[in-house]
Amino acid sequence: MTDATQSAAIAKPKAAGAQQKFLAFASLIVLLIFFSLASPNFLQTSNILAILQATSVNGVLAIAATLVIITGGIDLSVGTLMTFTAVIAGVVLTYMGLPLPLGILAAIGAGAGCGFISGSLVARMKIPPFIATLGMMLILKGLSLVISGTKPIYFNDTPSFPLISTGSLIGSVFPAMPVPNGVLILFVLALFIGWILSKTVLGRYCYALGSNEEAVRLSGVNTDAWKIAIYALAGGICGIAGLLIASRLNSAQPALGLGYELDAIAAVVIGGTSLAGGRGSVLGTIIGALIMGVLLNGLRIMSVAQEWQTVVTGLIIIAAVYADMLRRRKAAS
Amino acid sequence: MLLRRTLLGAISAAALIASLGAASAQDKLYIPMISKGFQHQFWQAVKAGADKAAAEFNVDVTFEGPDTEAQVDKQIDMLAAALAKKPAAIGFAALDSQAAIPLLRQAQEAGIAVIAFDSGVDSDIPAATASTDNLAAAALAADKMAELIGGAGKVALVVHDQTSRTGIDRRDGFVNRVKEAYPNIEIVDIQYGAGDQLQSTEIAKAILTAHPDLKGMFGANEGSAIGVVNAKKESGRADLVVIGYDSGAAQKAAIMDGTMAGAITQNPVGIGYETVKAAVMASKGEAVPTNIDTGFYYYDKSNIDAPEIAAVLYD
Repeated sequence: MTDATQSAAIAKPKAAGAQQKFLAFASLIVLLIFFSLASPNFLQTSNILAILQATSVNGVLAIAATLVIITGGIDLSVGTLMTFTAVIAGVVLTYMGLPLPLGILAAIGAGAGCGFISGSLVARMKIPPFIATLGMMLILKGLSLVISGTKPIYFNDTPSFPLISTGSLIGSVFPAMPVPNGVLILFVLALFIGWILSKTVLGRYCYALGSNEEAVRLSGVNTDAWKIAIYALAGGICGIAGLLIASRLNSAQPALGLGYELDAIAAVVIGGTSLAGGRGSVLGTIIGALIMGVLLNGLRIMSVAQEWQTVVTGLIIIAAVYADMLRRRKAAS
Repeated sequence: MLLRRTLLGAISAAALIASLGAASAQDKLYIPMISKGFQHQFWQAVKAGADKAAAEFNVDVTFEGPDTEAQVDKQIDMLAAALAKKPAAIGFAALDSQAAIPLLRQAQEAGIAVIAFDSGVDSDIPAATASTDNLAAAALAADKMAELIGGAGKVALVVHDQTSRTGIDRRDGFVNRVKEAYPNIEIVDIQYGAGDQLQSTEIAKAILTAHPDLKGMFGANEGSAIGVVNAKKESGRADLVVIGYDSGAAQKAAIMDGTMAGAITQNPVGIGYETVKAAVMASKGEAVPTNIDTGFYYYDKSNIDAPEIAAVLYD
């Protein structure tokens, strides 16, 4: 029975996810066509690159959130964890003057460490994920301010640091396509995490935990350890987001980050990942993040009043989740 | 089927709303303003000034800003989108000057004049800066405080934040003035409440509890000042001298009923107006002054209705 539950849990997301992904992709295309027709300034290379650039941080955070949400949990600390890791990078690179690779390692390591703590709170101490990560969110917000001395840390001593996000490896090979490295990192990361989710044991347990944790536990799997591993992985990904935002702003802004978790969760949900767990994909999340990025940029390009931009974003989120529910109800009947 | 209809429905709703917002013609000069905020009354007053200038000079102005003053990256995205629209000139109030430099340089290369407003931009790219001298304004608040408490005693500050230019300048302007001119005044505490009224109330109450002999408090922006007023009322400390900053209906009421002694007001309408005016001039290649001082006033019960004050206060 446990075998059946597990294999069902693993088989389901693939079969059911395809249609949602197609839908999300179709609405992304519709948005692109709509805005291209609405404003001649929308479909320019520089603006498309600006959209991708604006999406990169939220996209990376959303990938982290996707992992945790698939296990049936939620991570509210992704935004402030990103800030925290940016500050750590600032401390290592600017305050301590260490070389760039150490700063990168420190940021990702700090992220993974915090994820490990969140995971332990959830798995070992049985604190509900919402509460555990809410606590982490506040702790990290405070620590970012404490460690940075409440002021931005600039990376002027590490001139190559901004290149992490704003340089262009692709552009140096194909000058016509100056895709910023931040975007490249987002897509490489998406491929990598997508591979982990679909091809590795960690990925399979990720879905299985979200579908029926009890069944997985009863079949002799150390669910706590796997759950902690997933939170730690998500934390490490937040470290990458921290590096991206810090290198884009050439500074670690300690007051930033609150509210970014909601943007990330919105992208995950638009992309068809279920908040109930057990179902979802990185591809969907990337499309979800792109939909949000395109929408916001398009509305701005059309000079839509700001109060309406927020209203429209809210409508789109509700519409996307409703569409997903309808599809699932149909699949169930 | 159903799904597709739902999504298309949502998208066409978006389209409808979008077309409502983008009705104006293309041939007028277009000047986007990227502000530090958008929903506070202060920024709405800046916007009102910008709209006034837009009507007067017959140009199109849009006004945008992030939800909180911490969201440096969101402001950068707004700036990028504004530049994609190829405007004639751009008004910009930087949350973090350094982070914006690459885009501002891009604007400069594209021949788009940049006019900084409010806190300015630490760079030589902006053709002009329209702002309040916050250091001098907060020093004036310190002078008034000294006058009202008789030049001696303990005072405390509730400031909106310790990272932004306005937060730093208003704090330092007040503190430095007290240090150099009033040796008998002791600043016992400086706390930060994010400009949030509730948070500032709690902070101010805690300060009042800790210092029962406190004589005066300075709230460095609208939310901080309201917080101090609330704390004074809730703690029943009728003798406390409160000096605020900016205006707003609640702050004006507090001044009228005597809870607040007085407040510094900037000229937000003037900031918006002067920014658009300078942007129009710069985009036509006319010379603009590098620093446009938009001015500030101290107001209290006695002059709140004077025409030059009433004109710059907002509700």
